[in-house]
Amino acid sequence: MTLYNQTIAELHKKLVAREVSSEEITRDVLERVKDVEQELKAYLTLTEEAALAAARTVDAKIAAGEKIGPLAGIPVAVKDVMSTKGVRTTCASKILENYVPVYTATAVKKLLGDGAVMIGKTNMDEFAMGSSTENSGFNPTMNPWDIERVPGGSSGGSAAAVAAGEAIYALGSDTGGSIRQPAALCGVVGMKPTYGLVSRYGLVAFASSLDQIGPFTKDVTDCAIVLKALVGHDPADSTSLEYEAEEYVEALQRDVKGMRFGVPKEFMEEGVEPGVKQRFEEAIELFAKLGVEVDETTLPHVDYALSAYYIIAPAEASSNLARFDGVRYGLRVEGEDMIDTYMKTRAAGFGDEVKRRIMLGTYALSAGYYEAYYGQAQKVRTLVAQDFEEAFKKFDGIISPTSPTVAFKIGEKVADPLAMYLSDIFTIPVNLGGFPGISVPCGLSDGLPVGLQIIGPTFGEGIILNAAYAFEQALGFKERPSL
Amino acid sequence: MEYEAVIGLEIHVELLTESKMFCDSTTRFGEEPNTQVCPVCLGMPGTLPVINKKAIEQTVKTGLALNCDIALFSQFHRKNYFYPDMPKNYQISQYDLPLASGGYVEVEMEEEGYTTTVGITRVHLEEDTGKLVHVGGAGRIAGAEYSLVDFNRAGVPLMEIVTEPDMRIPVEAKAFAQKLRAIIQSLGVSDVSMEKGSMRLDVNCSVRPKGVEEFGVKTEIKNLNSFRSLERGLAYEIKRQIEAVEAGEEIVQETRHWDETTGRTSTLRTKEYAHDYRYFPDPDLVPMELDPAWIEEITSTLPELPDERRRRFMEEYGLPSHDATLLTATKASADFYEEAVSLGANAKNVSNWMIVELASYLNAENLEIDECAVTPRHIAELVKMIDAGTISGKIAKDIFGEMFETGKLPSIIVEERGLIQISDESEIAAIVEAVIEENPKSVEDYRGGKQQALGFLVGQVMRLTKGRANPALVNKLLKEKLS
Repeated sequence: MTLYNQTIAELHKKLVAREVSSEEITRDVLERVKDVEQELKAYLTLTEEAALAAARTVDAKIAAGEKIGPLAGIPVAVKDVMSTKGVRTTCASKILENYVPVYTATAVKKLLGDGAVMIGKTNMDEFAMGSSTENSGFNPTMNPWDIERVPGGSSGGSAAAVAAGEAIYALGSDTGGSIRQPAALCGVVGMKPTYGLVSRYGLVAFASSLDQIGPFTKDVTDCAIVLKALVGHDPADSTSLEYEAEEYVEALQRDVKGMRFGVPKEFMEEGVEPGVKQRFEEAIELFAKLGVEVDETTLPHVDYALSAYYIIAPAEASSNLARFDGVRYGLRVEGEDMIDTYMKTRAAGFGDEVKRRIMLGTYALSAGYYEAYYGQAQKVRTLVAQDFEEAFKKFDGIISPTSPTVAFKIGEKVADPLAMYLSDIFTIPVNLGGFPGISVPCGLSDGLPVGLQIIGPTFGEGIILNAAYAFEQALGFKERPSL
Repeated sequence: MEYEAVIGLEIHVELLTESKMFCDSTTRFGEEPNTQVCPVCLGMPGTLPVINKKAIEQTVKTGLALNCDIALFSQFHRKNYFYPDMPKNYQISQYDLPLASGGYVEVEMEEEGYTTTVGITRVHLEEDTGKLVHVGGAGRIAGAEYSLVDFNRAGVPLMEIVTEPDMRIPVEAKAFAQKLRAIIQSLGVSDVSMEKGSMRLDVNCSVRPKGVEEFGVKTEIKNLNSFRSLERGLAYEIKRQIEAVEAGEEIVQETRHWDETTGRTSTLRTKEYAHDYRYFPDPDLVPMELDPAWIEEITSTLPELPDERRRRFMEEYGLPSHDATLLTATKASADFYEEAVSLGANAKNVSNWMIVELASYLNAENLEIDECAVTPRHIAELVKMIDAGTISGKIAKDIFGEMFETGKLPSIIVEERGLIQISDESEIAAIVEAVIEENPKSVEDYRGGKQQALGFLVGQVMRLTKGRANPALVNKLLKEKLS
């Protein structure tokens, strides 16, 4: 029996029924990793021993007749941007190549506390900056649907791992689309929750006001299960919200008939690939069949979202990444003096995209430019958020393609950062407003997955999971990568 | 031409909280390097700050005591610059929205006979940095063989108080700083020790021709480690600036370093090297909205402040302004005084012994009142013994040194040295007669109208009794016998 391609819900049932053990599941997943990792390179670090030990602990509990939670004994992959005690956490950067944290991120701690079995840490764009995982300081990750193509990014390793069965589910982080875009490109479900719903403590910051941890899963039900486990106020994160987690799994069963979704006309004017556009139009038709009303709406300021994002995110990043200086941990390249050591360390440790964004951000915050750039971008951010709020008065949610294209060829966009930035044109505005968004598979275009994005109002996770689940069931998308 | 100086102060005060500003590491002083630390104050990747409410309360208290407006909406910013004593390479500080602003302090210039008002521009909160120890070279970072860093102080709450440029002479700056220290002592929010570095002074100073409104170019003086160096450093800098202006030189806006041993200031860095701190709101912290009711509560629990205490000393103990000012200059001295008086000693006499005799011993030994062996009980006993006629003031002065040195109570010293005053009339009368007999010349002089001769005769009696004779009695008896 292959176990690696099953869902959390299915495996949990089997565990409780004692049809399989967690160790068997874990070994099956590790076996799968051995088979495909050579081609995919989804992981940066594997924690095989710890995984098997965790699995055996859960098995012992089951054997002792203890009740286990829905995630107990299920293998998970964690994006290498989350701090894990005793397990190196690189952020896919040379500057942290040998950095082993002394503490574990709250989100990961919650899962481990629930008995999750961590398989390893996944590849990503360095410090989560990128849309293809090609900015990893170590190696790119390949898309399981076509190993000549990117898995998207920045959480490309997590997306590829789940799509290929190298993990049953995974954690990613999303600053401008870094969960939803790779989920779309790899044909899995990915969600960015409302900003503040999941603790950021231990998530190595890229852009603090935009970053949010969320799940990659094979289906919407699993997404609801993992989300439930992640949500909760964390006193260690001042931006984490006091909000009681809903019963997300129960929300899936609600009738979607009578729901209303808006399609921003600005989005459809963008360069959406014909294949993607076609799948999206079919999705609208499918919603209609489900009794969901879909109408055109407007987000008047959304055209400026990308520009605002590329001021705010680099500005915060320029400050967040200042701590990587070779003094306390990570890479140190000794120089003539202190300043020289700083410069040599950072020159050797950071990749081009990270350097580009640090420079952009430093410039945007500089005396004399602050108001024109950072100040202005914050105003735009408020306007974009207001546009969404306005739309949510009329609609339960907003839908769009997750990304304007399917997975592109490795190397195709590396020389053109602006083309790369456009991959996130539909996902970035959501982060600016702090809203939740989910990407759910929406069929194939030329054999490659297309994602549908459903965006909800603040705390609207129940709504978008409900709609995504109804859509998933109606579409019946069962394709898996051939790898 | 006559010149006047324009002086403003920036005072940093470390607060007395149990835990640090943004984490729960302890603030204990003098521990082994890097033992009072945690992932947050070490700036480990992924950690987040959480505001220490106690520090906010203590800053609000200080703001109220300095007659400031307390901001109901306040924010923390990041001040970005690279330095190895700063774990994150940015300091969380406050920028355009400080906790308190627009206050003032009245400073009694007791010796000079006037009161001056110093405006308080703002009071804000930030985190302290770590400590660097440079090994090799001149003890500065440039030229050091290597440097060690201790992060025990990194993240300790640091309050910055900025004054208006309201002071004109060095002694005003000194009096203000001392008054500020007394206010903070009375609040109990810091131990305000210049020696331990929990109170640090930076001074801005410029000169202008008297009568001119416009400010001259200012310099900032650092490394003023005592009230004495504040006064000396300013005096030097003012003289230097006046001489430069008179010689037709331009004053350069710069930071200058005070050298206590040479008694000079020298250039540390000029404005061209000034940092661009790229302040922006810390996205890891939400703005602080203070509840007016909470501020009300803090206001109602403010302790008696030095000004009130000074007024009360004048009313309750009938002290002249001069005494009340000196006694309330530090909390310790005011507490000392009240304790001595409460032990039943005469209020004015206690004051006299404290501000004359005790003060001169403390000055000579460079000790604070709570660091010496003399306690309120010593002074109270001494004063009571004089008032009861047990010892003379002269004897009291004689034994003060031993009391100060050994901490022995005056009654014990007096007994050990057999110094109890002779108030037995017959005993003194016998000595008086002997003295009259032995000094016929003086007796003749006195009877001839020379009043000074009496003094000589009194002195002889005192000599023979080793100062123990009751002076009033000696006077009386001599006059009787000679008339």
